[in-house]
Amino acid sequence: MSIILDHVNHIYEAGTAMEFAALKDINLMIPDGQFIGLIGHTGSGKSTLVQHLNGLLVPTGGNIYYNGADIHDNDYNKKELHSKVGLVFQYPEHQLFEIDVFSDVCFGPKNLGLSKKEVELRAYAALKQVGLEDEYFYQSPFDLSGGQKRRVAIAGVLAMQPEVLILDEPTAGLDPKGRDEILDRIAGLREETGMTVILVSHSMEDVAKYVDRIIVMNKGQVMLDNEPREVFRYYRELEEVGLAAPQVTYIMQELKRNGFDVDTDIITIEEARKAILDALKI
Amino acid sequence: MLRDITLGQYYQTDSIIHRLDPRVKLVTTVCYIISLFVVDNIVGYILAGLFLALVIKLSKVPVKFMVRGMKSILFLLIIALIFNLFLTPGEVVVSFWKLQITKEGIRQAVFMAVRLVFLLMGSSVMTLTTTPNQLTDGMEKLLGPLRVLKVPVHEIAMMMSIALRFIPILLEETDKIMKAQMARGADFESGNLIKKAKSLVPLLVPLFISAFRRANDLAMAMESRCYRGGEHRTKMKPLIYKMRDRLAYGAVLCYLVLCVVCGKILW
Repeated sequence: MSIILDHVNHIYEAGTAMEFAALKDINLMIPDGQFIGLIGHTGSGKSTLVQHLNGLLVPTGGNIYYNGADIHDNDYNKKELHSKVGLVFQYPEHQLFEIDVFSDVCFGPKNLGLSKKEVELRAYAALKQVGLEDEYFYQSPFDLSGGQKRRVAIAGVLAMQPEVLILDEPTAGLDPKGRDEILDRIAGLREETGMTVILVSHSMEDVAKYVDRIIVMNKGQVMLDNEPREVFRYYRELEEVGLAAPQVTYIMQELKRNGFDVDTDIITIEEARKAILDALKI
Repeated sequence: MLRDITLGQYYQTDSIIHRLDPRVKLVTTVCYIISLFVVDNIVGYILAGLFLALVIKLSKVPVKFMVRGMKSILFLLIIALIFNLFLTPGEVVVSFWKLQITKEGIRQAVFMAVRLVFLLMGSSVMTLTTTPNQLTDGMEKLLGPLRVLKVPVHEIAMMMSIALRFIPILLEETDKIMKAQMARGADFESGNLIKKAKSLVPLLVPLFISAFRRANDLAMAMESRCYRGGEHRTKMKPLIYKMRDRLAYGAVLCYLVLCVVCGKILW
């Protein structure tokens, strides 16, 4: 049970002066239950890549398999795929349209053809999952704050109960508090449900704390694909493509260079705190 | 999905047509459209076709790009064809049931189709080779004399340029929202007419909201740059006719004369 990408290519506007290869020969295997960070600079192809995973974009070359079936076979049920692989777009609050929050979240499950009761149960559960208080349920989604709107939009996808959840820059434009809240919620959700989560971001700090695997994209290709610690060892290469390791990794490097006996593979602040205290004890 | 609509889109490349003064291109397009309605015989249409082919060739815009835009008028084209074919009275060629195709009908239908295709192609050559900014600059300058009659020329030009500039942006936005709603299981394709119309609500509401938001942002940005209409506004790159523009005017004049002459001789 997994997603497999086999030699996937995608070329936009083929045959014109604007021809642009957004993805070049991508080979990936995404097993169930993994928490993946997909990192890349603007224009590296990460958004294009995730739109392939739920079949919204058709690759111009190569194949994509979901649970062993080719998703672009003629008899493959694309609609079911949309519900199994939930994709939350960038600025998802721009897709809200209903008169109140609750009906907007109902839109997804209603499209799956479920009974009214089941739809409402799912919508309620999803809104609880994103931590929205009951008092907002019957307000217009346009009256909410930015962070709340975003949570409603994420709930709209969660209500379809996907097996894989993909979030494209879920923290873009949020303040640090809103960002941490959303990311903590997502991490909690994953623990609870065991679903696969793919977090698209250009911020290493965001993902370092949460994910078990990082895929770094550059110019339409996979540049690095490994555990966070391993990936951040290549911080010099990352800098060359406009990315960076978490700041705390740099601090540890600097400390080591100045004669402190600390581990330079550290990627979160909690680990760093412990390591520094240990080093000072001696 | 929606990338097929080329009307109002600029095709970036460097050619003699791209470098022409926008006023030349505007006047030429208007003249060309008029010529299409003036000529009424085969030679005239061949002439119009040759002129268009020459301009397209010079513009270096792939023909494929222009034909793609043609898809959007296919429906209109078919209706025009059918009506002209069956409803023109004259010498009957084929008749079945209550319908009859006449010689004049065939003539009329073919000419109408050719006229529509040339019309759309001619105007898309202009928009494909001229940026919206150039286009409105040209229009403002051409309509300048109307200012005497208290016509708000600058404002009209600015509105046009904004409208043109927003076509691709809104198309992109539509594409994005459509995808986002499809990811939530929305279905825009199947069902009867009423169901299809209903399925557009999740697309149109966010689209309108985003259009208003963008309009708001734009107004704010313009105001903070102290925009206050056309009064005393100067241009960084004022439009000045060059040699190639005069030559182009000459060529257009030749074309028009030829059209008129063709019409006279053969009629």
